[in-house]
Amino acid sequence: MNRSYVNWIGYRTLMRKELMRILRIWGQTIVPPAITMSLYFIIFGNLIGRRIGEMGGFDYMQFIVPGLVMMSVIQNSYGNMVSSFFGAKFGRHIEELLISPLPNWIILLGYLSGSVTRGLMVGIVVTVVALFFTEIHVHNWPVTISVVLLTAIVFGLAGMVNAIFAQKFDDIAIIPTFVLTPLTYLGGVFYSVSLLPPVWQNISSGNPILYMVNAFRYGMLGISDVPLVTSYLIIIGFIFLLGGVCLWLLHKGTGLRS
Amino acid sequence: MLALDIRDLKKTYKNGVQALKGVSLQVERGDFFALLGPNGAGKSTLIGIISSLVNPSAGQVTICGHDLSSDRAQAMASIGLVPQEVNFNQFERPLDIVSHQAGYYGIPRKLALERAEHYLRQLALWDKHDKPSRTLSGGMKRRLMIARAMVNQPELLILDEPTAGVDIEIRRSMWTFLNEINRQGTTVILTTHYLEEAENMCRNVAIIDHGNIVENTDIKTLLAKLDVETFVLDLRHPVEQVPQSDGIHFHLRDATTLEVSLPKERSLNTLFAALAEHGIEVLSMRNKSNRLEELFMRLVENEQETAA
Repeated sequence: MNRSYVNWIGYRTLMRKELMRILRIWGQTIVPPAITMSLYFIIFGNLIGRRIGEMGGFDYMQFIVPGLVMMSVIQNSYGNMVSSFFGAKFGRHIEELLISPLPNWIILLGYLSGSVTRGLMVGIVVTVVALFFTEIHVHNWPVTISVVLLTAIVFGLAGMVNAIFAQKFDDIAIIPTFVLTPLTYLGGVFYSVSLLPPVWQNISSGNPILYMVNAFRYGMLGISDVPLVTSYLIIIGFIFLLGGVCLWLLHKGTGLRS
Repeated sequence: MLALDIRDLKKTYKNGVQALKGVSLQVERGDFFALLGPNGAGKSTLIGIISSLVNPSAGQVTICGHDLSSDRAQAMASIGLVPQEVNFNQFERPLDIVSHQAGYYGIPRKLALERAEHYLRQLALWDKHDKPSRTLSGGMKRRLMIARAMVNQPELLILDEPTAGVDIEIRRSMWTFLNEINRQGTTVILTTHYLEEAENMCRNVAIIDHGNIVENTDIKTLLAKLDVETFVLDLRHPVEQVPQSDGIHFHLRDATTLEVSLPKERSLNTLFAALAEHGIEVLSMRNKSNRLEELFMRLVENEQETAA
């Protein structure tokens, strides 16, 4: 049988399996972000936001929508990969793939497609929730779509690295809790970094999530604290870096093969 | 042509444990082969390397003519694996588990579903095809893993203790299934602790211990090496004294149970003549243990003595 055909069918099967998983546990995958983001919109956007007034030329509710959409995409693409891949490793059903003829890059692509799909699904749900609170006009569709897609890929890949090294369930909670959440909150979701003192602006410039949130905000609102080209370079750079790391770890069998 | 050709395979784990010390093994196509050995002998490591779940330290593995290191995809497409422990997603349905596995081998969805149904029916699991697999019994879970391993119609099927802990009825139905697929041309390699299973089903056998193959031959040749067979006799009347007879060793377990070790060159008639001479009436007799089991114990004990 032709290798490309085997790989294509294998990829489709893996993608199907991941999609079934997301939909089977929709109460864990789709609903919680919708509820959490609704609370953010009510508390930060509606109650507190009215006292803040405008930010970057938009009312505060409109300003935080891109950040909150991006935050949910980041958390869910990462969370889907780490829970699905580590779950497969922990339950040992990853062996179904490891003993199959599928190459490592198809295994990576299959899981990555699942995590990007969940990230985008949740992003769409949060956007729909946002429509209940404010009007949304997209400034630049290609930038909006490409940035959200590329960001979901970055965090799907990061989730894979975490899942490969994780040995117990605690290990898949450490990075989201102690790294991802602080970086997201400090990545300009709720504020413009131009409001910060110069020292903190410089420190913030080391946070890759800042570039992703701002590139997405540019796509939706047309404003950004950082140059768009820099954002794309950082996002694509992370994709190559993390993708290479994932493939190398899968090739070595780290955490998967004895 | 060989279904499996292993040359000088070695595996040393990071903790320094040398699980395989240079194993060489050949299995002919169409064979029904038993791989036996005590716990920790290296069986699972060997199967792990063949199925690419364990990276070897040295040596070469060729599966149905495909080198595992240079032609992994073709080698893996040729085998099906039934592991010792349950390793499917217990939240999925049996139909999904089997059909998804087919997809990983490049089998299109329609055919995958047909094959999944075929093997689930053959293994008497079709009525559970849409139930969560965690609700299946232990025996059903093992049969599900066999169905999953068969869905790509492998040339070589490897089963790591497939009948461990399942009741005799299910065990026998598994034997029937395995014999049937072997008759149709699938090479089967089986590890088992039920040596009766190996003796009844397999044509060739390898015994592995301490990471070395200590015996590799056909079952008949191996059994011919058994020079003494031990029987247990149930007696009609109690006896007080152990009978004596030249070349036959008697051991009285209790007043009505006698254990007899009979050298191969002595016939059963000699035994019964000796018993009649002592006025002992036998109600029934049976082997103390399976013949292969006796040989296995001797080979493993010899190996342990050599190692010591």
